[in-house]
Amino acid sequence: MTPRSSIRPSLATVLTPKWLTAASRLRQEQSGSGARIVLLSLVALVFWVAVFGIAYRVLHYFRGVEEIGNLMAGKMLGVILLAFLSILLLSNIITALSTFFLAKDLDLLIAAPIGRSRLYLAKLIETIVHSSWMVALLALPIFTAYGIVYHGGPLFPIVALVAFIPYLVLPAVLGTGFTLVLVNVFPARRTRELLGLLATGAVVLALVGLRFLRPEQLAQPEGFRNLVEYLAVLRTPTSPLLPSEWTAAMIMNWLLHVADPWPIIKLWIAAPVAVALGGLLHRRLYHPGFSKAQEGAERKIRRPLRGPLVPFLRWLPPSKREFILKDLRLFFRDNTQWSQLILLAVLLMVYLFNIQSLPLYSGERVPFRLVTMISFLNLGLAGFVLAAVAARFIFPAISLEGRQMWLLRSSPLDPGAMLWSKYWIGTLPLLVLALAITIFTNWLLHVSEFMMIVAVATIVLYTLAASALALSFGALYPQFGTENAAQIPTSFGGLVYMMSSLSLLAAVIMIEAQPVTAMLRTQRFASQPVAITPALIFAALLIAVVCLTATIVPLRMALRTIEKMEW
Amino acid sequence: MIRLTHLTKRYGKFTAVDDINLIVPSGELFGFLGPNGAGKTTTFRMIAGILHPTSGTVEIGGVDVLRHPLQAKARLGFIPDRPFVYDKLTGAEFCRFAAALYGQQGPVVERRIDELLELFELTRWKNELTESYSHGMRQKLIISAALVHRPEVIVVDEPMIGLDPKSARLLKDLLRQFVERGGTVLMSTHTLEVAEAMCDRIAIVHGGKIVAHGTMAEVQEQTESEDMGLEDLFLKLTGGMHDQQLDTILDG
Repeated sequence: MTPRSSIRPSLATVLTPKWLTAASRLRQEQSGSGARIVLLSLVALVFWVAVFGIAYRVLHYFRGVEEIGNLMAGKMLGVILLAFLSILLLSNIITALSTFFLAKDLDLLIAAPIGRSRLYLAKLIETIVHSSWMVALLALPIFTAYGIVYHGGPLFPIVALVAFIPYLVLPAVLGTGFTLVLVNVFPARRTRELLGLLATGAVVLALVGLRFLRPEQLAQPEGFRNLVEYLAVLRTPTSPLLPSEWTAAMIMNWLLHVADPWPIIKLWIAAPVAVALGGLLHRRLYHPGFSKAQEGAERKIRRPLRGPLVPFLRWLPPSKREFILKDLRLFFRDNTQWSQLILLAVLLMVYLFNIQSLPLYSGERVPFRLVTMISFLNLGLAGFVLAAVAARFIFPAISLEGRQMWLLRSSPLDPGAMLWSKYWIGTLPLLVLALAITIFTNWLLHVSEFMMIVAVATIVLYTLAASALALSFGALYPQFGTENAAQIPTSFGGLVYMMSSLSLLAAVIMIEAQPVTAMLRTQRFASQPVAITPALIFAALLIAVVCLTATIVPLRMALRTIEKMEW
Repeated sequence: MIRLTHLTKRYGKFTAVDDINLIVPSGELFGFLGPNGAGKTTTFRMIAGILHPTSGTVEIGGVDVLRHPLQAKARLGFIPDRPFVYDKLTGAEFCRFAAALYGQQGPVVERRIDELLELFELTRWKNELTESYSHGMRQKLIISAALVHRPEVIVVDEPMIGLDPKSARLLKDLLRQFVERGGTVLMSTHTLEVAEAMCDRIAIVHGGKIVAHGTMAEVQEQTESEDMGLEDLFLKLTGGMHDQQLDTILDG
């Protein structure tokens, strides 16, 4: 017989179930409806082309600017990768809790004779794939634009990959290490709740820090004493100790033919060293942490949440009323859910602060057309914020019912009533948020009454559609097995939802912008009465039709999917 | 009453449930027995409206589950094999939610919830989140939730798993008394002694088909095994492990 000590499964063996699961999921997708695949491919293509197009236009412009163009391109890449890095860190912290401590396969793996380092590497790879694939997909069109504009050559994809792999590994090691320490201090269930708050705190600090860097200064060269000072600021790395800067430098060095080996050396030394240190930390802390992760269920309720709400919901039938109350209880009792509202509040404050800091009313008289154009951009940004909020809070709604679906499906609850409750419980707060952002920012921008009406009507219609899309894509791509609610929006379905809602937003703004701009060209002063043109009426009707279609059709599709769903 | 007519469920080329015909009248406790993967849970899930049959019909109290799902389900209490409940609800809130799904609310329901939780000795924990409940407590909670709306028909999949002997005895008594009062129970279990002691009639399912059904005596007669107990009869119909296979596995 083979000696038992040598029967250690290889890393590939430990990862086999993951590969097989991914392959079988892909096969299931491929065997699904052809129309759905075509639609998906189309949405993905539109989104990628849009990201590529914007990156290409900006880089092409930079390329034409002498002296500072290349510096600006490098700076932009550094800032994009820095933003990605913060997303990756947050995503890895959240994902590591699931993969290392809450996953269903852990009992099997830990009971098997798998070495600690091998288990660490297997789980680290799983964490990297889960938390990084979306960032990698987003980075692809941006890197492609850099490669094309700066003639990166046939080897550029390999260079980009060599720069990108350690860039993904480093935040994964850091994130998993952070989670590992935290689980040893608190039981996993409590950690899951604390993580929300800690991660929120970390992102808040990053956002406030980024805000205080005042990046808008770079767009106002006249604020610097001379060109030399401006160039010096551009040449100084924003964050020299972060892998985002090293990756950006490595890519720009290749594109600009600069022979500097330091960025690649830093990346490829830091990543293996970090993995080795992470492995050591894992060796010391994983087993006590895993043991702690099995404890710590919460017993007492802190928020009964019944009395104050019931009078407002009395008009509803008991099934809908209890369904809404149940969803509210689950939301407010799970800190991982509501703690992200703090992050949202900070994001909004930064956003409003940015709008207020725009140099529109700094003494000089600004044409109100410019204010109107900025109001359109503001509409786009508000729409983006709303789409992201819907992705986080509405998209997971159906997935979170997964394990309890036996109760809902075996009861006489109408699936339409369930969908109705889920839609309005998500849409009403989102509408309040949408109106608050739009009215307040437009008030800060001193826009005309007409523009205010246009913005409010558009955002209301878009919000109705965005939340319908979020709920429907959540039903079309459910994640019933996910232990961690925060992970659900990072799934493939979440990405497709974001692409769809942003495509809708772009379509709405494009339909609206042309006739509104044409009308404004004929209007010389803000006080001049607005002349309603047929083109304007047509655009308004078209937007209403597009948004209502994007509300009703997905909801109907979701209802059909829920009715056909099997558990 | 439960009526299954030519009930079939296929997953691609695999047939999980193959043309099952069965009537369980009111006032009867019917045992649905079979080895793992025989199609018991799939059949129960089709009765509860969770899975859609490939062909055939399911009637609960004379109402077709596919044509009139809401009316049919209103008569049913379904107890699944795995007690998944909302972790962040208390036991009482879960029962109240279950009652509301059947359109029931108010003081009568509150009293009923209290009675059921008292019966299953969950009163002490009724205001605690279910995430702190043990497997057995969750099982007792979903049984309480299935009874809260006073169903006509109970479909219960492996009810004894996770229950302590006292609770298991309580459940047996409860189901027996339920059918004596005119209710219908369709139950699956791997505990053959329980089936033999409790059920009025049984069906043995194998490979998605009913291979024998009737009272214990009828099944013995159908299979020409008059002197066999239920365990031997079950193994005869579904295929047991041969001594030679055991030798191979244990001796290597």
